[in-house]
Amino acid sequence: MSTLAERATGGDVRAMARLISMAEDRADGVDALMRELYPHTGRAWTIGVTGSPGAGKSTLTDKLIEHFRSEGSTVGVLAVDPSSPYTGGAILADRLRMQRHTDDAGVFMRSLGARGSLGGLSRGTREGVLILDACGYDVVIIETVGVGQSEIDVMRVADTVCVVLVPGLGDDIQAMKAGIMEIGDLFVVNKADRSGADRVVNEVRGVLEFLKGREWVPTVLQTVAENGEGVPELVRLLRLHREHSLKSEAGRERELARLRSKIEDIMLERLSDRVEKLWTVRREELLEAVRERKLDPYAVAEELLSKA
Amino acid sequence: MSDKKIRVVIAKPGLDGHDRGAKVIARALRDAGMEIIYTGLRQTPEQIVTTAIQEDADAVGISVLSGAHQFYFKRVIDLLKEKNASDILVFGGGVIPEDDIPGLLDMGAGAIFGPGTPTSTAIEWLEKAVPART
Repeated sequence: MSTLAERATGGDVRAMARLISMAEDRADGVDALMRELYPHTGRAWTIGVTGSPGAGKSTLTDKLIEHFRSEGSTVGVLAVDPSSPYTGGAILADRLRMQRHTDDAGVFMRSLGARGSLGGLSRGTREGVLILDACGYDVVIIETVGVGQSEIDVMRVADTVCVVLVPGLGDDIQAMKAGIMEIGDLFVVNKADRSGADRVVNEVRGVLEFLKGREWVPTVLQTVAENGEGVPELVRLLRLHREHSLKSEAGRERELARLRSKIEDIMLERLSDRVEKLWTVRREELLEAVRERKLDPYAVAEELLSKA
Repeated sequence: MSDKKIRVVIAKPGLDGHDRGAKVIARALRDAGMEIIYTGLRQTPEQIVTTAIQEDADAVGISVLSGAHQFYFKRVIDLLKEKNASDILVFGGGVIPEDDIPGLLDMGAGAIFGPGTPTSTAIEWLEKAVPART
């Protein structure tokens, strides 16, 4: 094993952090490192926490960390925040609500900028999960960016997806029937001390009605993440889902689907790098030709690809 | 294809609760295309250093308005050394008297930006210092 991978799996936090950066930056040599780490993965339980901005995902994650730590599990956290589409910069502030765990050596927290990913995760998230898994963290929690309706990439990375809702969304739940409302293994109505929480629970139940007959029917529960109310029950239900997916056919199928999209994503990334390279040399000239209508975009694409 | 971003932890150590300056610099660095990890108020030097390591930061910016800058800079710089992470740059700002700046730089701080420094000065410094660090 290379020194960096060896150091990381041996518990060197700097090495882990560096590996995650390399994955985010798609640095040279990162694929070889991931290949070295992969045989050491497959042990961690990956939980995705997703929901709209301000739903309380970070606070809930903070409480989940606390709970898992009290049971002796080590926890890795990957928290994604949006990047600016203009400058590529980002202010990553998810740690703010979890900072009390910083002194705990059993917790590793990492903030990720979405860097142009539109599915609620970031470019390095998939690798980040594998790295933390290989480094021995028992539970890996992924906190997505605040999502709307269709940012559902988390289902392709997490074993268990927890969708966090809050009172005040009202009828939006109806509109959210497709997309994010379909990916939850568990629904949490957070800030349940606010008025309207019961109504949200009922609306979610209405949506879940349609899923009856499936092997795993998601449940909905209320929490007040701020004071920890409902968190033990949340963990109990999350664990129930974990146990179910480990032994059921549906769980196996889901794992295969995840692996499939993982491999396809890797291929697409490679192809898109190749596409980029295909025309670096002649880009200006070809663009100008298309602008002057001497060539058309379809012919150019066809010609470039034929040389690939 | 490699796409490296400058990552900076902006931290507020100790008890002073004024984070306006920290937020202004965080925002300016973001607008310059950097990724800023904001820790929030009342961080211990230990927490700041752990954060910088977990986040694989290129630099840590410390904002101190309480007058305790000597202590906090020294502690953060010492801890980074202890953890084999002294390649992570340390810079700072806040209410820091002119006369104290040379001492902080001797200690190992890369740059100190006092009140009234335009944010572009900090941006330019980071853009130069980060790629040059070992």
